[in-house]
Amino acid sequence: MVNKSMAVEVDGLTVRRGKSTVLEDLTLDVHAGAVVGLLGPSGCGKSTLMRSIVGTQVVHAGSIRVFGEPAGSASLRRRVGYMTQSVSVYDDLTVRQNLDYFRKVLGAGPEVVDRVLDLTDLSGTAAQLVENLSGGQRSRVSLAVALLGEPDLLVLDEPTVGLDPVLRADLWALFRRLAADGATLLVSSHVMDEATRCDRLLLMREGDIIADDSPNGLLEATGTETAEEAFLALIAGQDRAPSPRPAHGRHRQVPGASEGSGQ
Amino acid sequence: MNIASVLATAGRVLAQIKHDPRTVALLLIVPSLLIGLVAWIFTETPVFATIGPAIIALFPFIVMFLVASISTLRERRSGTLERLLTMPVGKGSFILGYALAFGLLSIVQTAIAVAFSVWVCGLEIAGQIWLLFVVAVVDALLGTALGLLASAFARSEFQVVQFMPALVFPQILLGGLFLPRDQLPDVLQTIGDWLPLSHAMDALGAVASGDEDSAYVLVRIVFICAWIIGAIALGSVTLRRRTP
Repeated sequence: MVNKSMAVEVDGLTVRRGKSTVLEDLTLDVHAGAVVGLLGPSGCGKSTLMRSIVGTQVVHAGSIRVFGEPAGSASLRRRVGYMTQSVSVYDDLTVRQNLDYFRKVLGAGPEVVDRVLDLTDLSGTAAQLVENLSGGQRSRVSLAVALLGEPDLLVLDEPTVGLDPVLRADLWALFRRLAADGATLLVSSHVMDEATRCDRLLLMREGDIIADDSPNGLLEATGTETAEEAFLALIAGQDRAPSPRPAHGRHRQVPGASEGSGQ
Repeated sequence: MNIASVLATAGRVLAQIKHDPRTVALLLIVPSLLIGLVAWIFTETPVFATIGPAIIALFPFIVMFLVASISTLRERRSGTLERLLTMPVGKGSFILGYALAFGLLSIVQTAIAVAFSVWVCGLEIAGQIWLLFVVAVVDALLGTALGLLASAFARSEFQVVQFMPALVFPQILLGGLFLPRDQLPDVLQTIGDWLPLSHAMDALGAVASGDEDSAYVLVRIVFICAWIIGAIALGSVTLRRRTP
């Protein structure tokens, strides 16, 4: 039975790269309209999970459904916005030319370009070549491309990396606004203090989801003050007991952890 | 396939090149300079009249091979290809967009090279000049298609540049530029007869000398087109939406 209020349903996902297993038997549900933070150290499998959800990852086992359709289906290509970890725009085009190209590919009208320029605070740099922009500006161009199609699901791989605190706060405010308008956001970061801005947190380590809770729930469960401390406490607990909570590998969402608990 | 995506992609590729005036200048001027050099070397001999057309055939092919392979390799490595393939763009639209952009570029390049060869270097074109352009464009499309294919097998710009001599030089050597193909050893002649660049050089030679009719040239063009379709089909297989 396909659940319409589910944006993403991952069941038993296994991804191998070469001989190493990046994700094993991972299970995850994301409700529509939530801002879900995917946190964890570099190399823990965040990007692989995101690529699996947008359908660019070769998957060895398991099923992934996005709005009830298999991930990567042609019907999802207008509904899912994806921002890769590397800045995937054309360096030798201006900001506006980049946006104009991608919106044509998406079949959107010319008016969306000014809208996303405004949302990402790039209106002043629209005529500049991307290669002449700062790292933070470049990553915002990449984010702007992901916003072009007004997607129902936004998968953003480290969108705030290299941004100053003011811009970072602006972007999180934007993410909240998009979610309030009904979009679902899956946002990865390795900056733990961004965790508190999400409705729900997924902490990943070595291909496993080691915690899945609301930011407050996580702090209460671990008796800590910050997300970073909570992460360290969880790892310490995991290292003491070989089979930590939640059950290793397979896990289900903690009841009540999503849908607005962090708002 | 979607016409809007094809046109958007072609426009985007041309806009990228436009932002690089040095590349545009090299693309348009270098062929004429080299043709001029060859004409000068063979000033007192009839050689230029025979190899001139073949040299005009080489440029669109070599240049478009390099430009296409490096730009698609950049798309693969920068993540723009991955991003595009999560969008509603067909692989066919992507490749045809590239082919259209480089096809247009090759028309301009050939126009300059032919004008220079005819008016400055005194090359005589006895046949129909529009056929010369058709061959040059088909030649450029061949270079584009093979370049797209080669980029799938290269992991770096260094490797792509090495593919150029590997795929292009044998075609020049076996195509009859240095020694007519019928004087080659049998095996090499057979191989040369099946390579697309041989037919491009034959076709341009025929247009220049006016010895053969249009049908002869058109058969060569069809043969090259078969190679293009094959290379594009193989190339689109290498454009995978899912990667490891």
